[in-house]
Amino acid sequence: MEDLLKICKISKKYQAKNGEVDALKDISFEVKQGEFVSIIGPSGCGKSTLLSIIAGLEDKNSGTLYIDGEESSGISPKIGYMLQKDSLLEWRNIYKNVIFGLEIRKINTPENRKYVEELLKKYHLYEFKDKYPSQLSGGMRQRVALIRTLAIRPKILLLDEAFSALDYQTRLMVTKDIYEIIRNENVTTLMVTHDISEAISMSDRIVVLSKRPATVKTILDINFEMEVRNPLSVRESPKFSKYFDNIWKELDVNA
Amino acid sequence: MHKANISEERKKYLRSILIKKVSIKLTQIAIIIAFIVAWEVLAKKEIIDSFITSRPSRILETFINLSRNQLLMHLGVTCKETIIGFLLGTSIGIFVAIILWWSDFLSKVAEPFLVVLNSLPKVALGPIIIIWVGAGTGAIIVMGLAISLIVTIMEILNGFLETDKEKIKMAQTFNCSKLQLLTKIVIPANISTFINSLKINIGLTLVGVITGEFLVSKAGLGYLIVYGGQVFQLDLVMTGVIILATMATVLYGSVVLIEKLLSRTHKFG
Repeated sequence: MEDLLKICKISKKYQAKNGEVDALKDISFEVKQGEFVSIIGPSGCGKSTLLSIIAGLEDKNSGTLYIDGEESSGISPKIGYMLQKDSLLEWRNIYKNVIFGLEIRKINTPENRKYVEELLKKYHLYEFKDKYPSQLSGGMRQRVALIRTLAIRPKILLLDEAFSALDYQTRLMVTKDIYEIIRNENVTTLMVTHDISEAISMSDRIVVLSKRPATVKTILDINFEMEVRNPLSVRESPKFSKYFDNIWKELDVNA
Repeated sequence: MHKANISEERKKYLRSILIKKVSIKLTQIAIIIAFIVAWEVLAKKEIIDSFITSRPSRILETFINLSRNQLLMHLGVTCKETIIGFLLGTSIGIFVAIILWWSDFLSKVAEPFLVVLNSLPKVALGPIIIIWVGAGTGAIIVMGLAISLIVTIMEILNGFLETDKEKIKMAQTFNCSKLQLLTKIVIPANISTFINSLKINIGLTLVGVITGEFLVSKAGLGYLIVYGGQVFQLDLVMTGVIILATMATVLYGSVVLIEKLLSRTHKFG
């Protein structure tokens, strides 16, 4: 399989009034077509910065980024970025929220609208399309936000702590829903999280970052050898706790 | 809503809310009536000097007299000046706020000037305005504008700058242009800021217009009040003040009405 996303020796320094901060140092890894990769690291290590750089929202100081074989700088149309908060616009109804990205990118074509409608129908949101965000539950809002991101047909989906604003039970359900959508639509995904269980339950591979300045500490393959894998069922596998211990040691958290 | 389904407790609760609401209204009305009656009676018994305090019956008389000749004209003049000043203040204010939001550099440069202009008592500009614009309706409108404009700019700019950062970031992930950010996120997210600014603005413009009319005018409620004071006609002064209060209430009420109409068709946070 080819590398859809290739990150080569990316470094990032922050300039602040009271000095320089080394955030990322020589980060390199690849994400293959169809893979689900997670980035995990101690809090404040610069995981989200890395995602912002890949999305083109922030500049890097050195290193190169290849998306779909091409060197990329700036905001790439091939990337869909889902943030921690759903950020649905409360003055737009669900349908208008979902086509927001199409409007902004000026690709609000009948074909794309049809695709959006299919997604809404498939993931049980079509009957809510005329409702407003305040009338939806947290889990539904998160699904709407995902469909808004998928509407522009990104090649790579970036998830930035996308579930951490939800309470634990909702979170487990939403993780399952979102995972199913991502697998169904066969979207290559790169997720940033601080939650070890969440990373193990969803990923094919996990990139563990060190403390600041963040470097790649290790890359771990996750394989449950299950026929039907979902984020809830894998939690019962004996391998789950082994992976957990492994990552926990690598993270080397000193509270 | 079937009445049969309402429990006894619910009925009791609803009744207690209604009683509270009605008793507040009744007390308010009673205070006004008591005040007017006391005023009239005390003036009639010459306990207070109606030459200085005027009295309700004479105010009513003046009002009826005025209505016959010039009241509508004076009211119309003040109303016209206020509405023109209000519309100008709001539109120029929004326009300047957009420019300052657009350019971080300009807004940083403008900040100290805005702060000074905001704290300066605008009445002090009266003579300058009269000399520059000329003694007339123009000067009065400019006075109204001077008082409301800076507040509008600051209020709206603040609202713009406090737009949810997460929503802005979300729009940026779609590579959104600055103009799109303005029209699709910042403005719709600030509908309630606009409404608030309208509410403040209508009152401030009226203050400016009356101040302007005090300084220079041949007509308007401000003129009527100042004229009444100069000829020691307290009846005229009091009538003018009461009409002004009514007008201010009606103007504020129309902004609230606009808000209600907007919120029916438009969801805002």
